[in-house]
Amino acid sequence: MATYTDPPTESFRLSQLIYDTRYRSMTIQVVAFILVMLALVILARNVVINLGALGKDFDFGFLFNRAGYDINQRLIEYSNDSTHGRAALVGILNTLLVAFLGCIMATILGVFAGVLRLSNNWLVAKLMSVYVEGFRNIPLLLWIIVIFAIMTESTPQPRDFRGEDAEASMLLFDSVAITNRGIFIPAPVWGDGTLLVVAVFLASLVGIWAFRRYARKRQEATGDILPVFWVSLGLFIIPTLAVYLAFSAAIARDQYPLVAVGAEQGMTLEDYVAENRNPAICALPSTAGVNLSSALRGLDQRADILRVGSAAELQASVASGDCIIAAMPPDMVDEFTGAVDGVEVATLADTVDRGRPLQFERPQLAGFNFEGGVQLRNSLIALWFALSLYTGAFIAEIVRAGILSVSRGQTEASYALGLRPNRTMNLVILPQALRVIIPPLISQYLNLTKNSSLAIAVGYMDVRSTLGGITINQTGRELEGMLLLGLFYLLTSLIISGVMNIYNNSVKLKER
Amino acid sequence: MKKSVFLGTLAVAGLAAGFASAQTLAEVQERGALNCGVTTGLTGFAAPDANGEWAGFDVAICRAVAAAVLGDPMAVEFVPTTGQTRFTALASGEIDVLARNTTWTFSRDVDLSFEFVGVNYYDGQGFMVPRDLGVSSAMELDGATVCIQTGTTTELNLADFFASNNMSYEPVPIETNAEAQQQYLAGACDVYTTDASGLAATRATFEDPSAHVVLPEIISKEPLGPLVRHGDNEWGDIVRWTLNGLISAEELGITSANVMELAAGTENPEINRMLGTEGELGAMLGLESDWLVNVISSVGNYGEIFEGNIGENTPIGLARGLNAQWTDGGLLYSPPFR
Ligand SMILES: N[C@@H](CCC(=O)N[C@@H](CS)C(=O)NCC(=O)O)C(=O)O
Repeated sequence: MATYTDPPTESFRLSQLIYDTRYRSMTIQVVAFILVMLALVILARNVVINLGALGKDFDFGFLFNRAGYDINQRLIEYSNDSTHGRAALVGILNTLLVAFLGCIMATILGVFAGVLRLSNNWLVAKLMSVYVEGFRNIPLLLWIIVIFAIMTESTPQPRDFRGEDAEASMLLFDSVAITNRGIFIPAPVWGDGTLLVVAVFLASLVGIWAFRRYARKRQEATGDILPVFWVSLGLFIIPTLAVYLAFSAAIARDQYPLVAVGAEQGMTLEDYVAENRNPAICALPSTAGVNLSSALRGLDQRADILRVGSAAELQASVASGDCIIAAMPPDMVDEFTGAVDGVEVATLADTVDRGRPLQFERPQLAGFNFEGGVQLRNSLIALWFALSLYTGAFIAEIVRAGILSVSRGQTEASYALGLRPNRTMNLVILPQALRVIIPPLISQYLNLTKNSSLAIAVGYMDVRSTLGGITINQTGRELEGMLLLGLFYLLTSLIISGVMNIYNNSVKLKER
Repeated sequence: MKKSVFLGTLAVAGLAAGFASAQTLAEVQERGALNCGVTTGLTGFAAPDANGEWAGFDVAICRAVAAAVLGDPMAVEFVPTTGQTRFTALASGEIDVLARNTTWTFSRDVDLSFEFVGVNYYDGQGFMVPRDLGVSSAMELDGATVCIQTGTTTELNLADFFASNNMSYEPVPIETNAEAQQQYLAGACDVYTTDASGLAATRATFEDPSAHVVLPEIISKEPLGPLVRHGDNEWGDIVRWTLNGLISAEELGITSANVMELAAGTENPEINRMLGTEGELGAMLGLESDWLVNVISSVGNYGEIFEGNIGENTPIGLARGLNAQWTDGGLLYSPPFR
């Protein structure tokens, strides 16, 4: 482009920074930026000076010191000899656990309630309105405490399960116990052959995926609709179950010998534990250990199972005295006869079952409490349910808004094409509604994660309670602890929104 | 959000440190009230009574300091604190004194930078169980579920006790004594553990105290006492000598009933120095000469405070034990007023 005449060159004057609209906004921004930076510098200086006056330094060394306190719910190995850093990690995992469980349950609840609130059935729609309004309009903390109080006050104590005519009894064939300390459920234990079963299961997942692809291709080519759901379900269950049952039939009843420290050859288990009460045990495979511990409970003994992964580990544990009874395959016993690294051992008269590829360890009443299995503590349940119900109410509204945002004409057009209502929902409405639903859904997930810091109200040991509570209190490192805590929540939130944004991009309208 | 958290933390930290070496005495006098940190409620030690007035063994320390400094035992703002919030409250200047059955430990004194002015109750950690649990010794508690207050020495002692006796337990962390009581009574834990005095106080409020037993083992030393911030020694001296004054008064037989009479002058020079008829002790602390007269006439001496709040004639029923005067075989031993 050509310029015809140069405009008269005007020299730049300082007053233009204020009066000239071209520069004014820039000036304001620069000034604001300087002020913010100044405020930050003053704050930081103040902190440094005041910390100095208090005689405190800024130091994260406390993370490597011994914590000295115990934590009830641990997803990783932790004891009071571990460091404060590890206690923080235990807390972080607990936070992530409840946030993860909460997000899943909140989504399920929210989608159901949101869809049902639009139902033509008056009663259902109104019930859902009550749920949504009830939970949205009452503070979360209250719900957490209410659910926790119900769980502790209305359920039986473990000792009510004891005795001939116990006041309380376990559910589902004696495998689940609901107590005022939490719900005890069976824990899965891997045995021999687990790998094969898992491999078969993964193979069937691939099979399902391949079949679905084939079914879609065929539908697009010929219009035939295959019974995708039933075939998938069959593939999901049948091969894995068949392998599991075959394997169990083959090996489960194999008898594995028991080697005990300081025993006389051929002693019975009962005689041995009469002298060595509540023994620590270890076993290869773990399922044999579970069978051994139920045998011990039958003898009224508590047994701490030490998990070992290999024959060498098993041997080391026996040698170091970490476990005093070991169950093992018959061909390994030879290495254990006489003495292991100087520790006298002998084989007992009793044997235990080798166990199935996957076995469930049932909770059993022992001493003061149920042992074995997995304990879902009341604090976890209260926090999880309250977070899910509360956030679910908000998600329900988001889902309802998303569905309502798809115009009625779309449904009618789809009906006119002969699509049945559930296909209309799946193929026409939901894909469009999702675009509206996902962005606000992300912030609900973030809210849920951050709200999980209310855990302290019911004594759930999340990162706010470990790092941000006990650790800070015992070490006096408020500033450092709070900064770390802030950093953790910030990173978690960024990661969640990052992942959700990727998903959002995959469902949003593609413009070409 | 990231910025606001950061700024918030800095601001809190900035505030937290702001009062470190301020003139606490001048501030309290100007304010006309003492800010005193107490428990959220532990009958006998610190709890609001039927009229909503705070009363108890620890509360009496607050009132005594207010009487010494302001001449009015009622000029106290009570700030309820939990095990976790108490130290932040003191360090940040929200309270001037913390009187909340707090154990004097090395790390609290040195690392957290506080000043314990003395011991007003020699205690130790104990265990309470329902009688029908059939437990008679703490050594039988392997596998038990234990309620503990977080942010206390209790939780550290407990971990050590079980580890050194090779036993396992399931901790149930709890914020306040009231919650602990509710959880314990609902049977959500088998055992409640805290300072033995706290156990006695808690048990006294149960519907049927006799259905619960305190086990014989005491697993720790818990010297409980009032504390102030490091750095303001004049203020520390005032609180220290108020406590010593209460203890000496019992030793010398000064009571709330006879203090007015004795303040007119006696044969005993130490009593005279304490009550301001001889010497300048009050002025040295920056207080009126009759500061201890105000204290003792309003709350009584140590023995009166003990008997009135937690002694054997109260529902809590604690014996003097270690907390008797040294002359009676106890550990209470105030340095001389000279
Ligand atoms: N002495 C221990 C424990 C103090 C403590 O927390 N005691 C409990 C029970 S005796 C209490 O005063 N609770 C009152 C409340 O919850 O506010 C410490 O200083 O850490």
